[in-house]
Amino acid sequence: MGDLLEVSGLTKRFGGLVAVRDMKLSIGAGEILGLIGPNGSGKSTVMKLIMGIEKPNAGSVRIEGVEVAGWPSHRVARQGVGIVFQHSRPLHRQTVLENIKLALLPDSLVRLFAAGHINDRAREIAARVHLDHVINRLPGTLPFADLRRLELARAIARNPKVVLVDEPFAGLTAPEVADFSKLIASFREEGHAVLLVDHNVRGVAALVDRALAMYLGEHVAEGTADEVMRNETVRQVYLGGALVHTEHRADAGQSRDELLRVDNVSVLYGKAQALEDVSLRVGAGEFVSVVGLNGAGKTTLFNAISGLVPSSGEIGFAGQGLAGMTPAQIARAGIVQCPESRELFGEMSVRENLDLGGHHLPQAEAAERLAWLLELFPILATRAGQAARTLSGGEQQMLTIARALMMKPRLLILDEPTLGLAPVILEQLSKALETLRHTTDITVLLGEQNVTFALPHADRVYVLEHGRFIWEGPADRFAAEAGAQFL
Amino acid sequence: MDNRKSFAAILIVLAALALLPFGVSGYILGLLTLGFYTAVFAMSWDLLFGFAGEVNFGPSFLIGTGAYTAGLLNHYAIWPIWACTMAGAGAAVIGGLLLAVPALRLRGPYFGLVTLVAVLLLQNMIVLFAGTTGGEIGLDLPDVLAVDDSNNYWIALAFMGISGLLLFGLSRSAVGLILQASGQDAVQAGALGFNVTKHKLAAFCVSALFSGLAGAMLIFYEGTASVGTVVDIGVGVQVIIAAVLGGRRTILGAALGAVFLIGAGEMLRPLGELSTFVVSAVALVVILFVPGGFLGAVLHGERR
Repeated sequence: MGDLLEVSGLTKRFGGLVAVRDMKLSIGAGEILGLIGPNGSGKSTVMKLIMGIEKPNAGSVRIEGVEVAGWPSHRVARQGVGIVFQHSRPLHRQTVLENIKLALLPDSLVRLFAAGHINDRAREIAARVHLDHVINRLPGTLPFADLRRLELARAIARNPKVVLVDEPFAGLTAPEVADFSKLIASFREEGHAVLLVDHNVRGVAALVDRALAMYLGEHVAEGTADEVMRNETVRQVYLGGALVHTEHRADAGQSRDELLRVDNVSVLYGKAQALEDVSLRVGAGEFVSVVGLNGAGKTTLFNAISGLVPSSGEIGFAGQGLAGMTPAQIARAGIVQCPESRELFGEMSVRENLDLGGHHLPQAEAAERLAWLLELFPILATRAGQAARTLSGGEQQMLTIARALMMKPRLLILDEPTLGLAPVILEQLSKALETLRHTTDITVLLGEQNVTFALPHADRVYVLEHGRFIWEGPADRFAAEAGAQFL
Repeated sequence: MDNRKSFAAILIVLAALALLPFGVSGYILGLLTLGFYTAVFAMSWDLLFGFAGEVNFGPSFLIGTGAYTAGLLNHYAIWPIWACTMAGAGAAVIGGLLLAVPALRLRGPYFGLVTLVAVLLLQNMIVLFAGTTGGEIGLDLPDVLAVDDSNNYWIALAFMGISGLLLFGLSRSAVGLILQASGQDAVQAGALGFNVTKHKLAAFCVSALFSGLAGAMLIFYEGTASVGTVVDIGVGVQVIIAAVLGGRRTILGAALGAVFLIGAGEMLRPLGELSTFVVSAVALVVILFVPGGFLGAVLHGERR
């Protein structure tokens, strides 16, 4: 075949975890392929394997027929592959022009002075991505979208045959998205092969010629964007087929005492608005889910509540303002967060991780709580002596939750507990949450992009998109009113 | 445009310094001479830390290797000074390569730890073979660079000037830009087609070359090679403090920091043991509150 990029049998293991399994894809000249999958599905790993940033355990990556699997990334780059990273990390002491020139320099130790034509070429590239008006400014003074343009400029400077783009539209406004789409489409006209990596089909449907869906490291579906969106497995992954919800407790609703109050909270990361004027209520004993795609701002919201990122607006817990409290004080006040990244102590045993969680409890109470938790998560009892990092992803997630529960939280925040977990583990996790809900008076705030998992465990649901709530209501109205957002 | 102005400023300062022997005492000249050699140590170190992003905790391994190679050749083989210093610089590069090739494969703090252990090894070797190396007492040299204070001063100044211009020029060149990219974001630099390891290794060699050369010159100025002046961990720490104090990623700042550190240490000598304490405290305050160092603060202020 005459395809520019051909990948087959690509496999990558991290320890016991298979991040990518037997992946296959190909892109021809003048074609844009969208690689789609939820967070943790392995799509970024595929991109890194192609670029040579990670080394594959098995499989083949061919650029115009040349086998490059396992090559270091600078050689892959010279073979004609460029990558646009999601986060731009320019040299901050150099101007925009110098940053672009860097990408054009030969990989030589002796050519001390850049050839004259490099200057002209850098200006051409700047003009192409519309950076010509800021060419002598330092990156630190540029708005977010211009930093992304600079990233794009550096990636295309060497005129790569294959361009890999990681989440091209994250954090951009609608007009900027349109502008970037045009730039990416222009690669197609020039005969480049483009691989777009993104979370959902919807965002890139208009731009891609074909889409390929991944889940849990495997190829799930491939075809036109429409075909992929209609694919049964893809619907299952994103929506879980038919949406179901369990019965609510009789006292659901406004009658509860308010435990958490978030009023008009906004968060800025440098120049990117991560959260905009968000307000939320959680009653004592209530289970509330915040659903939203990756990058919508769920983690930022939780970090703002836990005091991990500075925010404007007001956050109150059990009638007390949290402003000015350190993350540790907030945790001791009863808000415990299980972060997406789990943050277990990998070298410590399961038991030691749990003991650390219950460190502040009197001994007898800690023992009692430990016994209760091991009953809730029986698998942890059989793994008690094992180092936490040797657990499977699902077991690690259970340990994270159990450790948080050892701290006797009043409000438990779960950030994407289902990230990268297999369906069978989801079921176990689901059961544990149901038990918690029926047997304790704990309050839970759950952040999820997996709607199927989030809905059964929610009295109320908030939908977060681009840093703002666009819908809120009881779980049973979600499917009818907001379900369409999730493909 | 910026570069041309910087070079002009450097030349003016060097010219002014060259006139000093006509006005100041031999004591001050001696102090500055020592400061100038330390300045070359610090500038070499900054090329590695500020640009390649690798923290070398053992600059005195490179300095000491250069110095003792030169010293032994002079003491036993009676090679002329120029041949000894060349051989010293060469030995520092080879020693540096033997160290850096395996160490650069390591990530995070391990590179720094390897360089730290290398210093201890070198120091132990010298003490172990005290019969040959003079051990802790030192190795006296039959030759010296010059007898006259002014001549010694000029030699050191010229050496610092040339080294500084080369290192500064290198840091501002296309190669310096690639090096900076490799240091700040190795993944991205690789994706842009740059062989990160190659560039870092080259930086290490350049750093080793100038460190070894300066180490060898220093002992021929002092007339003796001793562990305390060219190998001890304390020597390395002083080089590091000088570079950070003067301003990371500026090369020239490192020279400023070195001269300041030597000068301040001497001026506070009446305080006895306390002088080291005061200098260290000043260094600590600068690092804590002005992490950009002297020159960093000035340049940053200009930009605002």
